[in-house]
Amino acid sequence: MSERASVPADEEQTDDADGEQAPVTTGAQSVVRALENAGAEYIFGVQGGAIMPVYDALYDSDELNHVTMAHEQGGSHAADAYGIVTGTPGVCFATSGPGATNLVTGIADANMDSDPMIALTGQVPTDFVGNDAFQETDTVGITQPVTKKSYFAADSDTVGDNVGEAFALADAGRQGPTLVDLPKDVTQGETDVEPSEPTTPDTYHVHEEADDEAVQEAADALAAADRPVVLSGGGVIKADASPALREFAMEYEIPVITTMPGIGSFPEDHELSLEWAGMHGTGYANMAISNTDCMLAIGTRFDDRLTGGVDSFAPDADIIHVDIDPAEISKNVYADYPLVGDARKVLRQLFDAMPRIPDVDAWREQCQTWKDEYPMTYDTPDDEPLKPQYVVETFSDLTPDDTIVCTGVGQHQMWASQFWEYTEPRTWVSSHGLGTMGYGVPAAIGAKLAAPDQEVVCFDGDGSFLMTVQELSVAVREQLDITYVVLNNEAVGMVRQWQDGFYEGRRMASEYPWIPQFDKLAEAFGARGFRLEAQEDVEETIQAAREYDGPSVIDAHIDPGENVFPMVPSGGDNGQFALKEDHLELL
Amino acid sequence: MPGPAPPERMQPTGRRNTQGIRIDPEAEVTHEPRQAVLSALVKHRPGVLSEVSALFSRRQFNIESLTVGPTVDDDTARMTILIEEPEPGIDQAKKQLRKLVPVIEVAELDPSAVRRELALIKVGGEKPDDVNAVAEMYDGQAVDASTDSVTVEITGSKQKIDAAVEAFEQFDVQEVVRTGAAALERGPTTLEKHD
Repeated sequence: MSERASVPADEEQTDDADGEQAPVTTGAQSVVRALENAGAEYIFGVQGGAIMPVYDALYDSDELNHVTMAHEQGGSHAADAYGIVTGTPGVCFATSGPGATNLVTGIADANMDSDPMIALTGQVPTDFVGNDAFQETDTVGITQPVTKKSYFAADSDTVGDNVGEAFALADAGRQGPTLVDLPKDVTQGETDVEPSEPTTPDTYHVHEEADDEAVQEAADALAAADRPVVLSGGGVIKADASPALREFAMEYEIPVITTMPGIGSFPEDHELSLEWAGMHGTGYANMAISNTDCMLAIGTRFDDRLTGGVDSFAPDADIIHVDIDPAEISKNVYADYPLVGDARKVLRQLFDAMPRIPDVDAWREQCQTWKDEYPMTYDTPDDEPLKPQYVVETFSDLTPDDTIVCTGVGQHQMWASQFWEYTEPRTWVSSHGLGTMGYGVPAAIGAKLAAPDQEVVCFDGDGSFLMTVQELSVAVREQLDITYVVLNNEAVGMVRQWQDGFYEGRRMASEYPWIPQFDKLAEAFGARGFRLEAQEDVEETIQAAREYDGPSVIDAHIDPGENVFPMVPSGGDNGQFALKEDHLELL
Repeated sequence: MPGPAPPERMQPTGRRNTQGIRIDPEAEVTHEPRQAVLSALVKHRPGVLSEVSALFSRRQFNIESLTVGPTVDDDTARMTILIEEPEPGIDQAKKQLRKLVPVIEVAELDPSAVRRELALIKVGGEKPDDVNAVAEMYDGQAVDASTDSVTVEITGSKQKIDAAVEAFEQFDVQEVVRTGAAALERGPTTLEKHD
């Protein structure tokens, strides 16, 4: 059970009978009050010396549930996933020093993927700061490059406002992580100042709607295009713009490609969907990217895993770039039509500004031809070892549309994104920009608590799973019904694939024949464990794991030689993707 | 029917340069680096300078100088930042600066903006009269003198100070310190009223 700060019956309730909150008396209580005011529900954290006053104040909160994690990194990923699924900032706590540094990976991950998150860290008392005190680190200095803003709380009277502002900032505009560093004397210090309503800093401005004239020019260009595409990024999901995107694309009959973070922003089973583009995207999406003459790119930062070499990225296309962050415009790829604003609002503006449906029959036929020519397939000879794609595909077929899929990072992540059919936003929870192995196990915990009524599956690799496996204890303690599937090839498979493809098969430090038996490890944690080796057992094993009410782990021993295709080599031309090993030699 | 292998596939004819800009066969669009003077109003708080300098370093903007000091408003400080970047880099630097929460306002100043730098030059004390004469040529003055050294203050443009430092070399220069440029727009334009 999550530790809802329950007050023993023989102790006096701190709240009045009518629900009125008791006035704050310390900085720590002000911190807790600020989180309550902001609507926080869960806190993922680990105790420790410098953060103890805040935890003590948490003891009296009826609104906040604390989930004790095994490691602070797990807390940051769980909070990140909670933020992805709910759309509001996930909260994580850690103490000073190692607690804070352990959070950094998860904060950097949230920063790369613009996931809303707030981290609160304990700090040594103000008088000790700068003296290299026990468990002191310069947390603000360390985290500043990977947050929207890191705050150092200086005063018990204003610490609640710092937290409120940090929460509001994490949620506003382009979402992302914020941090408040809390010296122990500040949280212990007395105050009777209630935190004010959370607001963003006065210097923070968000441009919500794009300039009408610019919208009209962009709409005219799109309507006049012969080969238009929509490229839908993670920003579409963050802005809750998926319905607006569907409406727009269906009305104007424009094919839709997503980025990886944009998976779920447009239903993959729709005829206009080309699924996702990039290094391991579909052949048809990458052909369309390569040959489009007008791209409406929304909420994407043109990451190099999407673009390949920018010299060959959509080189014939006028680019209409919609983004809420002006700094993303023309950062990596030049925007012919920059539209700064909220994706949902700008899509509405564009919808109204489109003069007509573009004449795209020939182009859509071409896209269909590419779908026929480059289907997403894999070999399944009966006598061969288990194929990971088959496991993903079967699981996808057995589960409802709103099932949430979490992943670690590596080959399994690519198979999970390629062979699962995504139709709804906020059902794909993964680490994209930072590529954090170990993201999956704790992320699934955050996702499940964020959406207790939805099924949650986590595909992981053996290498990735081993990095954060201790968080399984949390899933067991919280009795979370999560199905973990370890696509186990006894290797860090993506590295092994690159070594075979680009390093003459010199498999340095990539093979893991020494890893534990994950089904037995799961049982040791108190979860259910399953071992899966044969294709004919796939459906039965999945169903057994799904039926178990609690966390289960399927240790799926897959073909260790299986590689991820299609593949655009790093810096390559999207249209020149390899469909198999032999193709790499042609590039 | 499976589609063609990589080299045989339909290929676009266009190209982009390394800045992600489409190469127009009619006009070369690759931008060469140029100098830009950025002026920023920021919150006068601890840590702001480190935030700004860290931004320039992690995004690999080529920075020539950065000066910072208080303004008439106690809550606000002003930074003058000289960068050398191609056009898209200058644009990015401005936008990334604006994105920092403690940054209130950013503008690139006109090349004609008034730019001043201060240098203190410490030279050997053997020929104080000659040192004074050279200082006067650069509208400078001696601000400290001892039996072994003379320290001269010079204010002006970067070029003027470069020339002054060179001129003082004849006197056994012991130390030089330069502030980097501070700049303000000519005429009534201020940062708040900048376009």
